[in-house]
Amino acid sequence: MRLNELSSRLSQWFSPEAPLSDIVISSRVRLARNVAGHKFISRCNEAEKRKILEMLKETILSLNESAQGWLTPLGDIFFIDIEHGSGLERDLLIERQLISRNLAAGKGPRGVVIAKNELFAAQINEEDHLRLAVFAAGLNLDKCWGRINDIDDAIGKKVKYAFSPRLGFLTACPTNLGTGIRVSVMLHLPGLKMTDQLKKLFEAAKDMNLAVRGLFGEGTEAVGDFFQVSNQVTLGISEEKTVEDFMTLIIPKIVEYERLARDRLLVKDTNILDDRISRAMAVLKNAKIISSHEAMFLLSNLRMGINMGRVKEISINTINELFLLTQPAHLQINKGQNLDAEQRDILRAETLRAKLN
Amino acid sequence: MQCELCKTRTATVHLTEIVDGQRTESHLCQNCAQKEGITIKNQLSLNELLSSLIAAHQESDEQSGTESQISCPVCGITMEMFRKQALLGCPKDYEVIEKAHDGNLTHKGKTPGGVPLTAPEIATDEQAEVKNENKSDSTGSLQAEELKKLLEKAVCDEDYELAAKLRDQLKALEQ
Repeated sequence: MRLNELSSRLSQWFSPEAPLSDIVISSRVRLARNVAGHKFISRCNEAEKRKILEMLKETILSLNESAQGWLTPLGDIFFIDIEHGSGLERDLLIERQLISRNLAAGKGPRGVVIAKNELFAAQINEEDHLRLAVFAAGLNLDKCWGRINDIDDAIGKKVKYAFSPRLGFLTACPTNLGTGIRVSVMLHLPGLKMTDQLKKLFEAAKDMNLAVRGLFGEGTEAVGDFFQVSNQVTLGISEEKTVEDFMTLIIPKIVEYERLARDRLLVKDTNILDDRISRAMAVLKNAKIISSHEAMFLLSNLRMGINMGRVKEISINTINELFLLTQPAHLQINKGQNLDAEQRDILRAETLRAKLN
Repeated sequence: MQCELCKTRTATVHLTEIVDGQRTESHLCQNCAQKEGITIKNQLSLNELLSSLIAAHQESDEQSGTESQISCPVCGITMEMFRKQALLGCPKDYEVIEKAHDGNLTHKGKTPGGVPLTAPEIATDEQAEVKNENKSDSTGSLQAEELKKLLEKAVCDEDYELAAKLRDQLKALEQ
């Protein structure tokens, strides 16, 4: 499969029909695993990394054979070599949330096995030997967990994981020790932002041992009011409990607050709200040069306008699609050539005008 | 303004020194200032700086330096290396470097391949323990349910003082 097959279409986890998808964009569960009898990645030499890569790659690519009886089949899966891939390909995979910046910037033999439907990705030789991830649109963490648990069991039967009965799965960074699970949910919270309540959310999240990050995870600031909320505790709490807390307590509460904030805007600040949405629309429909930062910011406002019923003529799918299509690597791969920042800003504005007018 | 030393680049560092009442001014570019030892390299990463500070602080806290000397027989990593990188070198490190994790917590969750690990004799012991745990859990969870309800009510009533107390009680109970 060629990467430009990915770049021209929407990720499945960007579906507007999923539960709470006006506020919860997507759910992700990832597991950190290491192979017993090997050092962790930072102390591995090239030969050892290659050995681990080959073994895990073979095991995962043969998973479909053991997939009988799973709730959801894996679908077509294929391997992408990150060590020898181009910078543009790596960026594309980052933009589609299939690999981390860490894997892209790493050294030596490494890669990722992804499902063609983009709902599963297994990064090999990232911070840990294996980082499994399963995605779903909207708030769907229990489904993600069921699926990744099946996949992890199947791999665990073929590969001996580094595991201690007392400490659980042994990971390169102690912050993942135990279950190695990271449950994260990507949220769109323009209402809380406009009503100046994000600080409250961050404080509450800190109290509950949750991490709140920008759209692309670790070390990135929030762009366009998208936030990723994830758990931080992995030792002494089971996977099911972690997932359940997110599904029944944490996320529904945040969604409720966002809805309250939006209702308040509709009652009290209709003019400000409509002004912001109309300005976003005007710029996106007419700009000739636009940076990805500005585009994200304005698309976020427009997305809010559609979800709050203030904009009727544009579908939410168009906006979701534009979030991906206007990213730097997507623009370049779809155009079929490398572009500098200025050329990208022009092409981005063109793409926006074509889709929105 | 040109740099006084190289006379090519623009001067961006302006230094005024007063020695014995004598005032001298020098105007240098970034490169020459660095050579003269007036400014430090400006690209020192914040992360590096912070982690070295934290490491230095923790070392000074320790009375004996022996702990940071211990290195893992498998991968050779030391406590000091771990502090700097925040990454361990191999699974063995969890035994060698004790501070790598909170010693009080134990794993609750799945096992590799979903296969139970324990041998039969130990299992009976453990089953007894599990039963006991279940007992205390059921009374515990009842209390927890009540506390949760009270907490929700307190939040609705905007009685945040009470809510904070209830939250702490809940936390204590869960631990």
